[in-house]
Amino acid sequence: MKENNKKASLWKSLRVGLAFLAGIIIYAYGFEITKIDLEELRSETRQQSLVRVTRALAQPDIFQYEQESQIFTAPVYVTCPAGDAVIAEPDTSEPYVIVTPACAEVGETVTVEGFNFFPNSSGPVRFVPGNDPTNVVELGNDTANADAEGHFVTTITLPNRPSDDVQFIRATMRRNVGAPQFTQTAHDTWEKIIETVFLALLATTLGTILAIPLSFIAARNLMKPVRSPLTSIALSTLGWPLGIALGLFVVNAVADFTAPFTSSILVNIASVLLVPVVLTFSLRWALPQDDVASPPLGLRLGRLVVLFVSALIGFFWMYQLAGLSMNVGRSTEASLGSFAFFGRFLVQLGDILIVTTPAVGAFAAGSVFGNFLGRVGQRAAEKINEGTVKIVNLIASAAAGGTVFGLIGWLVEWLYQIGRPEYTQTGPILVGAALGLLLAIFTKAKDTLPTGLVIYYITRTILNTLRSVEALVMAIVFVIAVGIGPFAGVMALGLHTIVSLAKLYSEQVESIQSGPLEAITATGANRLQTIIYAVVPQIVPPYISYTMYRWDINVRMSTIIGFVGGGGIGFLLQQNINLLNYRAASAQMIAIAVVVSIMDYVSSVMREKAV
Amino acid sequence: MLQVKNLTKIYDGGVKALDNVTFDVPKGQFLAVIGLSGSGKSTLLRCINRLIDPTAGQILWDGEDVTAATPEEMRRIRRKIGMVFQHFNLVHRSKVITNVLAGRLGYVNPAWSLVNRFPREDMDKALRQLERVGIADKAYQRADELSGGQQQRVGIARALMQDPKMILADEPVASLDPVLAHSIMKHLEEINKNDGVTVLCSLHFLDLVHRYADRVIALNEGQLVFEGLPSEIDDKKFKDIYGRDAERVG
Repeated sequence: MKENNKKASLWKSLRVGLAFLAGIIIYAYGFEITKIDLEELRSETRQQSLVRVTRALAQPDIFQYEQESQIFTAPVYVTCPAGDAVIAEPDTSEPYVIVTPACAEVGETVTVEGFNFFPNSSGPVRFVPGNDPTNVVELGNDTANADAEGHFVTTITLPNRPSDDVQFIRATMRRNVGAPQFTQTAHDTWEKIIETVFLALLATTLGTILAIPLSFIAARNLMKPVRSPLTSIALSTLGWPLGIALGLFVVNAVADFTAPFTSSILVNIASVLLVPVVLTFSLRWALPQDDVASPPLGLRLGRLVVLFVSALIGFFWMYQLAGLSMNVGRSTEASLGSFAFFGRFLVQLGDILIVTTPAVGAFAAGSVFGNFLGRVGQRAAEKINEGTVKIVNLIASAAAGGTVFGLIGWLVEWLYQIGRPEYTQTGPILVGAALGLLLAIFTKAKDTLPTGLVIYYITRTILNTLRSVEALVMAIVFVIAVGIGPFAGVMALGLHTIVSLAKLYSEQVESIQSGPLEAITATGANRLQTIIYAVVPQIVPPYISYTMYRWDINVRMSTIIGFVGGGGIGFLLQQNINLLNYRAASAQMIAIAVVVSIMDYVSSVMREKAV
Repeated sequence: MLQVKNLTKIYDGGVKALDNVTFDVPKGQFLAVIGLSGSGKSTLLRCINRLIDPTAGQILWDGEDVTAATPEEMRRIRRKIGMVFQHFNLVHRSKVITNVLAGRLGYVNPAWSLVNRFPREDMDKALRQLERVGIADKAYQRADELSGGQQQRVGIARALMQDPKMILADEPVASLDPVLAHSIMKHLEEINKNDGVTVLCSLHFLDLVHRYADRVIALNEGQLVFEGLPSEIDDKKFKDIYGRDAERVG
């Protein structure tokens, strides 16, 4: 027993030792790979440039002064002439400079003394050759600083420019006049930092809106109980594409119908105001509040027709709203002067509405058809006898499999342009149909399958894949798609926000208290009602807090997204770094720091208020 | 009339929570379910409205086979069965009135309820139920601002909104002090006597069982070990139900 213990402890210490050794090896290799080399840091040239850059960074290019300058040029002989060097006495009532001695050899040091300059002014002291006055020679440490009486003393080393003629030492002393002013860099920085903040705002808004519905289908606790029989799944899978196609067709028809009526503002206003009234009445009739008993078939059909017509009117209304927005926008843009951006905003809003309406319609029709056929399948699986259900399953499942694979094949064809239908059309359709058939053969006709979990895993996989692509890389893609500028940045950050927020949100949904969920389910509420009444109230505070956090991240991200052309301040920063204009870069870095810390503070305050 | 026949529930991990349980509950009875923690009381109550799907056995209620009901039928059955929970299970951040109105979700049109629109009658009814349990003045406060006893009353009002024919109460007073426990039990008793609602209530304290229950069933490790009148639980029966080492308190 004791022997055993001893052995165990020996083994244990051996293992610790081995782990330690392994750790050292890993870090040694890490040093090698990352080329850690302090020698580089000590080298003269590196240190010099580091000092230069650091000093430039310490003087951000934000303020500038108007300057006035006094120039005095004093004669000097390099080398001493044969006779005496004759230097005229300067006018001592004006600023003047005396060089002593008045002549010296190349490489000798002379003292330069200035009098009567502006108090506390400063400026360069330079050597001006006599034969070529434009070729001013910069000397080493040549900046002179005058004291409160306008007097300075400095020493300079004469350059290798010997001449028999008189040559000159020129002092240019400057002082600042008046109040400090913002530099051009400061103005540019301000403009771009505003762009950055709004880029982050729009990306966050877009991301949040789309992440919320995604987060529900990426939440395991909500999706796990969703199970449905194969009949329902197959029919629903067929219903979605059918519905999307029909929806697109119908919405486009409505668009064509609406087009002639959208140009007049009066028609716009009239329809935007009247349609909601009509819709309220028709919906109130078609969707009664209390629906305890099942209504007769005729009434139900009537309601369906009214709902369909209401949907058509609804799309008409959306197009009219878009038209109104664009018309009002155009007229304000022309007449409002400095508020023209508001007009452009309205025009863009209208355009967005026009672009999204077919998508909304297609999605709505898809979900209606998918849900309806799914329900028919559910009913069939419940009520019809096993044999018939099996036959329905075989047919529907094969058709669904064929459709899904056919669509994937179509996408592949579109992407890679293979041009061989046996690989991208007939092939996939046959394979899909065969797989569907197999699924239908090997599942019991009335068994329920974990639909929810399958959707959950698919969603999670897509989210994780997209999330692993950095927003910066996405920005490169969007720069190609929509061109250089902040719009590409909004799209890239927005997409990244959708996927990362959807994941964070869904984890919040997964960690809600299950008690209320259970209680609401027990009242006979359906799934959607349960989500609205038991889940949503619980997740509001964490959703707000994550959205704020994400805005914070987006502000930081948008400062560098400009490096790849995504707009915002990053573009300016990168440009200045490349031009070695470190003082301007410094101004931009300060702007970023200020904005990020303000955002940090504001978001923490808002989070506290909301939660 | 509720009939439970050979009900068995085995959880995914292999735990047998209910083992071949059979009993009847006549309409309008106040039935207490007793047993140690983990004896299967909660599982039994949740099997009756299928919050948990039983592994085997059958549950018949008013002639309907609950165990065979489709999801759609199950919703129609559930809305007639109110449920009250040990931890109240209110939605904390919602108003009291919203919590109570949630009891109508099985009846109202889903489309309108999603935007929080309830019929006028339901609003009035919710206020009446809150009045009935004595907290009408709290209707527009947030649920988590209420004390434990008040929260359980909201839970009862929510169950009452369903116009229930049966109430399942899962240890409704286990988180409350003795005084509040009696007041909550009195509400359940009043609903049972006046409205003729069948009540199945799991309880820990035998004095509450003696005071309120018409009949008792006892579970031990998922098996039905006793069925009879509260007065029939003597010391020997007590040891059968709660184990050899158990001692009576109250």
